[in-house]
Amino acid sequence: MVGIKKIAVHLPYYRLSRKTIGMAWGAKAGKGERRVANFDEDSVTMAIEAGFKCLQQENRDKIKGLYFASTTAPYWEKQCAAICAGVLDLSPGIRTGDFGGSTRSSTNALIAAIDAVKAGLGDILVVTADCRPTLPRSPLEGIMGDGGAAVLLGDSDIICHIKDSYSAWNDITDVWRMDKDNFVKTWEDRFIVQMGYEKDITHSITAIMERNNLQADRVDKLVMYSPEGTSHQRVAKKLGFKPEQIQDSLVDRTGNTGSAQALMMLASALAAAKPGETILWANFGSGSDTLLLEMGERDASSVTGLTLEAGKELSYQKYLAFRGLVQTPQELIRLFPSASVMWRTRKWSAALHGSKCNVCGLITFPIQRVCYSCKSKDNFEEFPLSGKKGKVFSYSLDNLAGGPNPPTIQTIVETEVGARIYCLMTDCEPEEIKIEAPVEMIYRRFHEEAGFYNYYWKCRPIGL
Amino acid sequence: MRKEGIRDRVAIIGMGCCKFGENWDKGPEDMIIEAAYEAYEDAGIDPKEIQAAWVGTTTSHWVGMGGLALAEPLKLHQIPVTRVENWCATGHEAFRNACFGVAAGMYDIVLALGFEKLKDCGFPGLGAGRGVHPVMEVRRTAPSSFAFAANRYFHEYGLSYEEGKRAIGMIAVKNHHNGSMHPKAHFQAEITLEQVLNAPIISSPLGLYDCCGNSDGAAAAIICNAEIAKRFRDDPIYVKGIGLAQNSIAPHFEPEFNWTTFAATQNASKQAYEQAGIENPREEINLAVVHDCFTITELLIYEDLGFSPRGRAREDIEGGTFTLEGKLPVNTDGGLKCFGHPIGASGLRMCYEIYKQLQGKCGKRQIKKANRGLAHTLGGHPSVSCVVILGNEKG
Repeated sequence: MVGIKKIAVHLPYYRLSRKTIGMAWGAKAGKGERRVANFDEDSVTMAIEAGFKCLQQENRDKIKGLYFASTTAPYWEKQCAAICAGVLDLSPGIRTGDFGGSTRSSTNALIAAIDAVKAGLGDILVVTADCRPTLPRSPLEGIMGDGGAAVLLGDSDIICHIKDSYSAWNDITDVWRMDKDNFVKTWEDRFIVQMGYEKDITHSITAIMERNNLQADRVDKLVMYSPEGTSHQRVAKKLGFKPEQIQDSLVDRTGNTGSAQALMMLASALAAAKPGETILWANFGSGSDTLLLEMGERDASSVTGLTLEAGKELSYQKYLAFRGLVQTPQELIRLFPSASVMWRTRKWSAALHGSKCNVCGLITFPIQRVCYSCKSKDNFEEFPLSGKKGKVFSYSLDNLAGGPNPPTIQTIVETEVGARIYCLMTDCEPEEIKIEAPVEMIYRRFHEEAGFYNYYWKCRPIGL
Repeated sequence: MRKEGIRDRVAIIGMGCCKFGENWDKGPEDMIIEAAYEAYEDAGIDPKEIQAAWVGTTTSHWVGMGGLALAEPLKLHQIPVTRVENWCATGHEAFRNACFGVAAGMYDIVLALGFEKLKDCGFPGLGAGRGVHPVMEVRRTAPSSFAFAANRYFHEYGLSYEEGKRAIGMIAVKNHHNGSMHPKAHFQAEITLEQVLNAPIISSPLGLYDCCGNSDGAAAAIICNAEIAKRFRDDPIYVKGIGLAQNSIAPHFEPEFNWTTFAATQNASKQAYEQAGIENPREEINLAVVHDCFTITELLIYEDLGFSPRGRAREDIEGGTFTLEGKLPVNTDGGLKCFGHPIGASGLRMCYEIYKQLQGKCGKRQIKKANRGLAHTLGGHPSVSCVVILGNEKG
């Protein structure tokens, strides 16, 4: 039977409390906090990070499809799933696709993936993330949050069976962003909730319960997307569910992470669920998707990423700078990226392959045609380094390079297999950096100097 | 390489150097003219006697324009002029190729000139944001490349941050003391160790005074066949050895690169020492002008050139070995710390100081016993090094 093999969440390093936002505007502060993507993160990089967590210890040759879902895909033309597939080092002959247009894009992708698994295609990875732009001082600024999630679907070794799904569309202008808009827009909030959210999500939950002859008291957990963190409680109550059955929305901790929110909530629910429990999982956006799940044996390593406590408080000024809402001095970049170089170097610049010399065994990065040590030519095998741990060999804390968050931390990473990787360090505090400190490699956005996004690898301290 | 290489085959008969600094009111052509005409006058020759020229520069406006950067201001249109570049060894590269042109017997009198007009480029520090690759653009700045070395050296030899800062800080104090006596230096003020230690951090652990400045400059040499050198002057300076070596463009990726020694400097000096017949540089070299782009670089150079035992440069620094009064004065003119680093000019500016010291013309900076001097450049991340040894006696 088709089901979830693994589920993972990526939460950005930075947190912004609603109190901080309130203080910035001299307004009353709400409670809780939201996550903020680092300046070098976007929906693609956050989706990839969640994807990597799902693929740990997995045989990547078994992955037969990758779907990317987001309302904030960094490209309108150019497939983000293909970027993700390259970085996640998946086989070139698999299905890829982008889903967008609504916060329901993640379950749209997931249901498409379920159908493909049912049809016998094999395992499919769905990655999703959102980083939704909101107007400074608007209520949405504190409500929205950034983050990613990923789910690996298949028909073997599953931790949670997917028994049924129900989808309904609704053409309603409740929350939207036009092709020329820089920020999310909304109609009156009572209209959004009453005629959009409540109506849609009630429709699909009711329909799937009827179809499966399911009463509210037989559901162990109800996991519902929730625009601002509380609407779902009211709807659930009307549908006959008790407070203890309702999964927390996470909105007061992470913010509403858009396409990723429903998956994040499900990951939380699965982390606590017991074998055999029934879960109803409803998502929303231009309609509603509801899925009926039955918990199998939960393997602790199959659910990862719910580190709500971690992270670092961000100032409001840095938040504005990270999102490009205020201009700050530019980095002194004098070498523009090149699309053809990016394509030509993709095996190391995207998939993070090094080379292992067949003659002397030296492992190096980037791929070297001539061995540093024995000088043999074109006699190597590619060697994947993306999952390898490393240590700081040396570093600098650079105040001259400029950029959104100085000092720029440049590092030489010595990987556990010997290869050295020269890269920037991110998601850390400068005073934490020490020679020998353990690090891992992550894929981040560099800049867009040539009119497109240049992504490349960075390192960060392990344990964050 | 032939054992004696270039030894005593060519001589320098004239040198020139413009005032280094933020030459806002001068174009590259003004500095080139200033350096070249000082060199002509010093050699006592007419510009028409120059048979070929080599020019070194690296900044973008001149890249791709070949020898015209030099031929145009000096109106040397009728002779071969070649532009060379080799990172921070570019000035030395112009000198090296000019020497080879004469040693090969093709020309009798040639000009080598290096210049750089950094203050027209609009950036405040060398290498800021230049990067190494269009995709993995790593925001390399020159201070960071050498901060790697500093942090690693401190770690390797168990120096605390404070101990390490103090050792390299003393290099800055020494060089500024020497440069205060040089009228052509960009920075001519003495500094205290306290100032060095309290200065703003550029790239930790390197602070403001650990980094060389961003200056404009030009320097020139007239080189001729050693056989005819005494026709022009009584005190020509002879080239005893020239070595050049590379390592990786980004040694950061090289699994064995230890960041406490730079093989390019070691290999370049090995070549030069062999040609010059030097076996114990600490004893046989009287003075050196080296590539102190950062104070930590000068510390590593002491060890790589064989002036100090490995890991022991700090003891020599504290013992005063490299001061004007010490056993082996280094950067008697103030080095890059006081002249800044107009890339193409630096190697020739270093030779200018050695040349003047060997002729005994350095006034308050003059060291007592100066028969053999060494000039050293190190460029890139670091990636390339050149070592030139000059002497005031032939044979």
